[in-house]
Amino acid sequence: MLLSPWRADFPALSVLESQGQVYLDSAATAQKPQAMIDALAGYYTCGAANVHRAQHQPAERATRAFEDSRIKVAKWLNASSPTEIVFTRGATEALNLLAYGLEHLIGAGDEIVISALDHHANLLPWQQLALRRGAKLVVLPLDTDGRIDLDAAQRLIGPRTRLLAVSQLSNVLGSWQPLQPLLNLARRNGALSVVDGAQGVVHGRHDLQTLACDFYVLSAHKLYGPDGVGALFGRGEALLQLRHWQFGGEMVRVADFEQAEFHAAPLGFEAGTPPIAGVIALGASLDYLAGLDAHAVQSHEQTLHDKLLDGLRARRGVRLLGSPQVALASFVVEGVHHADLSHLLVEQGIAVRSGNHCAMPLMKTLGLGGAIRVSLGLYNDESDLQRLFTALDAALELLR
Amino acid sequence: MNELPTAARETLAAFAQAGSWEQRARLLMQRGERLAPLADDERSEANRVAGCESQVWLVGERHEGCWQFRATSDARLLRGLLAVLLDRVNGLEAAQLAAVDVSDWFDRLGLGRQLSPSRSNGMNAVLARMRELTAG
Repeated sequence: MLLSPWRADFPALSVLESQGQVYLDSAATAQKPQAMIDALAGYYTCGAANVHRAQHQPAERATRAFEDSRIKVAKWLNASSPTEIVFTRGATEALNLLAYGLEHLIGAGDEIVISALDHHANLLPWQQLALRRGAKLVVLPLDTDGRIDLDAAQRLIGPRTRLLAVSQLSNVLGSWQPLQPLLNLARRNGALSVVDGAQGVVHGRHDLQTLACDFYVLSAHKLYGPDGVGALFGRGEALLQLRHWQFGGEMVRVADFEQAEFHAAPLGFEAGTPPIAGVIALGASLDYLAGLDAHAVQSHEQTLHDKLLDGLRARRGVRLLGSPQVALASFVVEGVHHADLSHLLVEQGIAVRSGNHCAMPLMKTLGLGGAIRVSLGLYNDESDLQRLFTALDAALELLR
Repeated sequence: MNELPTAARETLAAFAQAGSWEQRARLLMQRGERLAPLADDERSEANRVAGCESQVWLVGERHEGCWQFRATSDARLLRGLLAVLLDRVNGLEAAQLAAVDVSDWFDRLGLGRQLSPSRSNGMNAVLARMRELTAG
């Protein structure tokens, strides 16, 4: 029986267990380690203060903790400097920041390239940008394994491409995307590149100096951190291309009634009071994760994922979407409506997602109205999978 | 209890006997099979209830002041949920219909969670469409 040695670090796991709930929806949001909860409560308990403004001691303490988190995120991603990290309210806001901040670089007839598997968050900001500027949104097709088709990408990424925005790890198919060749193609064509790391950042460390994309976005809440916080990594020279997009307190250097001058990144892109407690708590999550044996975590997640796939494949009529490699698996069952199956899994206390997973165009491409998604966190173990499979068998018996 | 339509009283009695999730699911599926059918041309885009992850169609007609709804879905358990909803509301006048506490009805059947705001099964969208149809 495969056990997670980190389960006890997450208090919600035992609470959910006592309520008869098996949490298998970590790709939507992850449970939080005690260390993060303590940091969040600690900040509020010991004295909240606004950052980058006042000279008093509580403000100094809050600002230092806030900026420490920026250093931790930079280290986590191996950015060359903490100034390459902009805090946002989430990955979605980071992508919207980019779609507005880079708008001036996109002209009529230019091409913005995304892929067929992108989450709505990495589709709609670009689609709307293309509509605003009369640009063309080009969609890279997938191969049968659920990876972006590189032959097609070779043809579709060209001299008119201004920007490539792709997901690192699909939130529906669980497939790593061939980022390196795609980023090379973008660079050769003089296009900027954006990687949506919302899912990818949770599974393994990614070195952004090796990856060499211009921008990378992540959400704290999937990375065992708080909600309401995200981060945008921008390579030094790429950040300089961004125009300011939200205006307000602390992003401004000199303000007059008629005009203003703004700070450079990161502060120039953090208008208003940022989610201070959340940013500090994200730092605590990263400290917690950095203290784990990364190899042990990866091997646990991989073994569990293998068992998930084996169990699903062993059941008659189950069809996996694509060839999931890590973290999650989506499936449908022949002759059974996903909504019926999900209804009965939920009845049995199995917390999985069903539907289109914020990727309606992808589901249409696959010819599906929806699917069930099981997703894993480092705290899940084999007992969770056994309960899933028992519930799945009971549900299918009833529905057939 | 007396104010409940006959179909609703029967439904309530049946669900009161269902102690487990399996029994509730079986009952829902049985009820779903008994829904009055919709003709092919009634399964139209106009009758489709938007906002449901499963496909749902709803038509409503008024006969001598009383509303009669027919509905169906491609998902079986949702058909069951539609059936028990129609048991409660069919045959009522507009004013009676407006007074029905649907969440209380589902609570009494042990199906209260099916109406929770986080559910994307479409029951809330169905209720909104019913209100639209009967408001006009």
